[in-house]
Amino acid sequence: MASFTRGFTGRGHRERDPRLPPGQYDAKDDWPVLNAEVTPSLPTDSWTFSIEGLVERPRTWTWDEAHALAPSTYDGAIHCVTTWSKFDMTFTGVSVDTLLEAAGPLGSASHVLALCHTGYTTNLPLADVTGGKAWIAWEVDGGPLPIEHGGPARLLVPHLYFWKSAKWVSGLRLLDHDEPGFWERNGYHDRGDPWLEQRYQGD
Amino acid sequence: MSDAPPQISPWQTARVIDIRVETARAKTFRLALSRPAPHRAGQHVVVRLTAPDGYRAMRSYSVASPPDDTDEIELTVERLDDGEVSGFLHDGVELGDELEVRGPIGGFFVWEGDSPAVLVAGGSGLVPLMAMVRFARAIDRPDLVRLAVSVRSPADLLYADELVDPGITIAYTREAPPTSERPVGRLTTTDLAPLLLPGATAYVCGSAGFADATSRLLVELGVPVDHIRIERFGPSAPAGA
Repeated sequence: MASFTRGFTGRGHRERDPRLPPGQYDAKDDWPVLNAEVTPSLPTDSWTFSIEGLVERPRTWTWDEAHALAPSTYDGAIHCVTTWSKFDMTFTGVSVDTLLEAAGPLGSASHVLALCHTGYTTNLPLADVTGGKAWIAWEVDGGPLPIEHGGPARLLVPHLYFWKSAKWVSGLRLLDHDEPGFWERNGYHDRGDPWLEQRYQGD
Repeated sequence: MSDAPPQISPWQTARVIDIRVETARAKTFRLALSRPAPHRAGQHVVVRLTAPDGYRAMRSYSVASPPDDTDEIELTVERLDDGEVSGFLHDGVELGDELEVRGPIGGFFVWEGDSPAVLVAGGSGLVPLMAMVRFARAIDRPDLVRLAVSVRSPADLLYADELVDPGITIAYTREAPPTSERPVGRLTTTDLAPLLLPGATAYVCGSAGFADATSRLLVELGVPVDHIRIERFGPSAPAGA
């Protein structure tokens, strides 16, 4: 196999941003919209978020109840498996830790399946949504999260590829095993660490 | 879910064996795979370019050719403004060159050839849907698919010589050929209603704006949301989140 592509030198990469994981580029002002289902309309007065499965107290929050919880903010980058990254994003919402604390995960819980109002799912190790690493976010850069980016609220797990940050999230189901979600059943990686380039099953 | 997720085959070398100009901004590259990797209609592959200093860039491209037994695939690549990979493929790649590819990828936006499908394309979103149309013709089931294409002008239409079937709807949004009976303008429910085969799954591919507008039309016409599959082309690539 050729070790490099004849004639390709790339451009502008000699000042490559060290914050960019391998294979990623800086999308700068673009924020591509890429989802496989019809964009839903989710009024906040009927929006809910639930934690279910292996917990002591399954819980459901309304929009107002979720907003009454301690707010939490993420400042930093996001990385999409289609190779764009964006820096200096600010998301505000509630930490998943706060929600899990209210529900009381059982000791047997090892993974979560994120559920969405559209039927979309994605799977994550529990350890990737705890310890200040995951949010339910309803604001971005100071304004309401736009519907095309998952509004009114999406899961935010910015240290993993962005398909894990499920749009229009409706809940988390705690499981004692890993259960592939929508993209994962279609060949995408179960964990999706951008620094390890875990793009597809087998990476 | 008991069946294991499909393993995506690792990177392989593919030789460029044909390059065709489709439009002023689109070329089709026919690649001979070094290792067989059968695809399904609608899937995409990733193309990776590596510079001598190790720098890499990769993008996803839909397969335009139908599933067949040739171990060859065709990718139609639209040149994007400032596109690092599409620009190189257009300007730097010659017959006989080797490219690294990986795939096929995607198990949702696929048509297996055994059920009715309504295909709605915006611009270069036609590429994966053309694989479905070609597949339907290859297996002698053109009755299973209906196609509508939205495109700015005749000069922007991909695969024009394959889209002469009177059952195919072409919506020109800026400039129509003199022979066109349909007025210039975006797709409407009037365009799509006649295409809705009973029980069909709709496959919509195009920009985010096109996909949202089109899916709203389909919902308005009574297509259930769970019968609509969407692939949005961002500035980067199809598939992903």
